[in-house]
Amino acid sequence: MKARTWVYWILMLSPLPAFLLALQVGAYPISWSELWRALSWNPGSAALPEQVRAIILNVRLPRIVLGLLVGLALSCSGATLQAVFRNPLVDAYILGLSSGAAFGCAVTVAFLPALPIQVGAFLFSLLAAGLTFAMARTRGEVPTLSLILAGVVVSAFFAALLSIIKFLVDPHKLANIVFWLLGSLALADWAAVTKVAPWILGGAALIWVGRWRLNALSMGDAEAKALGLEVGRERGLFILAASVAVAAAVSVSGIIGWVGLMIPHIVRMAVGPDNRRVIPLSMAAGASFMVLSDSIARTAMGGEIPVGIITTLGGAPFFIFLLKRSGLESWKT
Amino acid sequence: MITVTDLTVQLNGQGILHQVALQALPGEVTVLLGPNGSGKTTILRCVSAEIHPQGGAVTLAGQPLAGLPRRDLARLLALVPQEHHPVFPYTVREMILLGRVSRVGFWSQPGRQDQEVVAEIIELLGIKALAHKPYTRISGGERQLVLIGRGLAQEPQIFLLDEPTSHLDFKNQISVLKLVRDLARQRRLTVLLTLHDPNLALLFGDRVILLAGGRVVAQGPPGEVIDAGSMARLYGLEVEMLSLGSQRLLCPKLS
Repeated sequence: MKARTWVYWILMLSPLPAFLLALQVGAYPISWSELWRALSWNPGSAALPEQVRAIILNVRLPRIVLGLLVGLALSCSGATLQAVFRNPLVDAYILGLSSGAAFGCAVTVAFLPALPIQVGAFLFSLLAAGLTFAMARTRGEVPTLSLILAGVVVSAFFAALLSIIKFLVDPHKLANIVFWLLGSLALADWAAVTKVAPWILGGAALIWVGRWRLNALSMGDAEAKALGLEVGRERGLFILAASVAVAAAVSVSGIIGWVGLMIPHIVRMAVGPDNRRVIPLSMAAGASFMVLSDSIARTAMGGEIPVGIITTLGGAPFFIFLLKRSGLESWKT
Repeated sequence: MITVTDLTVQLNGQGILHQVALQALPGEVTVLLGPNGSGKTTILRCVSAEIHPQGGAVTLAGQPLAGLPRRDLARLLALVPQEHHPVFPYTVREMILLGRVSRVGFWSQPGRQDQEVVAEIIELLGIKALAHKPYTRISGGERQLVLIGRGLAQEPQIFLLDEPTSHLDFKNQISVLKLVRDLARQRRLTVLLTLHDPNLALLFGDRVILLAGGRVVAQGPPGEVIDAGSMARLYGLEVEMLSLGSQRLLCPKLS
């Protein structure tokens, strides 16, 4: 128990060092003292060049805040979907929510410019979740394998629809769409942050308050009902909240895989499966993981590479390592 | 108290229950006894509102079941399921705490009082040493205890158990049923359970309901309802009734 308490607080507080580290690294390295002077808003510290201040406040800060939000959204929605579908092998990416959201974004940009892009993303991610669930459900049960297969089908379907749009759009915009789809935070600015923050924080807040009930939902329909839950309604509410957060994240950062699957897993291995701990920790660890991955994406290759590549390259082996070490126990029945 | 009148259930056009009427009283263990497919589990599923009957009515402690919100139902009635495979390895304490879900609002978390209720139950069941173990890594008998504990955490008036002995060894069968009977007595719980073994019904039942082909063929105290003749008709098996002091036991005739 004591070791778990330590791990809990280390993970919970991890966004802070991740945040500070990410502010420093980049094409233009920034020292601790410059960082301190830029963030302290001290009128006496005018010695700081305007350029440096601008890099910190208008380039790095919005990008890092957006990274924190996106990581939080992907990770807590992953944990939520895993509980709701009683399946530790799913997340927004595998269930097709991300593809749905990406298609929704593209449709909105291409045909409905008056509509906020997040609304389109949300509607289609919810549609994708509904389709996957409806396809996978047989005789009141949602078997693991058919859920994952249904997710693959729905993902492929929306990816194909998205390809049609890519085909129709003018080649100048195409490069942007392709880069965005790879999963990147490169387009971050304060406008993007203010646009998605309410959606992500709203969805996450709903999941946060209901997190203990996720334990009951993860017992399965019949038992959750017997325990006193209105299963259909509550499951719908959690899927809705997860879709809102994911759609907003996808609308600014494209499809970033693995985070929603991997982070809740790591958290569960560290502190056990109780969602009263898993949800807050997934939020914190997801946020720091995304910011650190993005720091690597910004610096490792000399130039910018999409962070989705980093999360996959880093995530997959780490995940395998953890699974091997703990002998599959965190998700075996 | 459970009162069931005229309960009729059809699944895929096939009659499962035919105008079943029965009663279970507080402080008593009522046993549903009958061969496989006689409708025992279907009755439990109707009483716990898992399925809705085509006809008839269920009344729980004077309240009609139809239209009762899930939350209110869970405060009134606890169901101990037969088979149970949680995907996530929650600890024993976390499992029992889930019984409180109907007593905690959607916007809140279980509080000190809920934790105290759970601690008392763990004490009562004598499973303190298991409290922090994963539910998925304890024995079948221990799991049954935990599920009973989760039911108790609901603080219900009515307790349903679906074949509580089916996965247990000889000793655990006896201790679980003894526990259930003691709980019925001490907490004035209305207990309705299904059993496969008529001898366990003789040992622990206050009232026995015999079911065949979805109909009630007899109900009353076990001493009156269970005899060689009724069991032979119910199961299609020749049996003998043995008496050992005041205890009566059934033994199959193996010719």
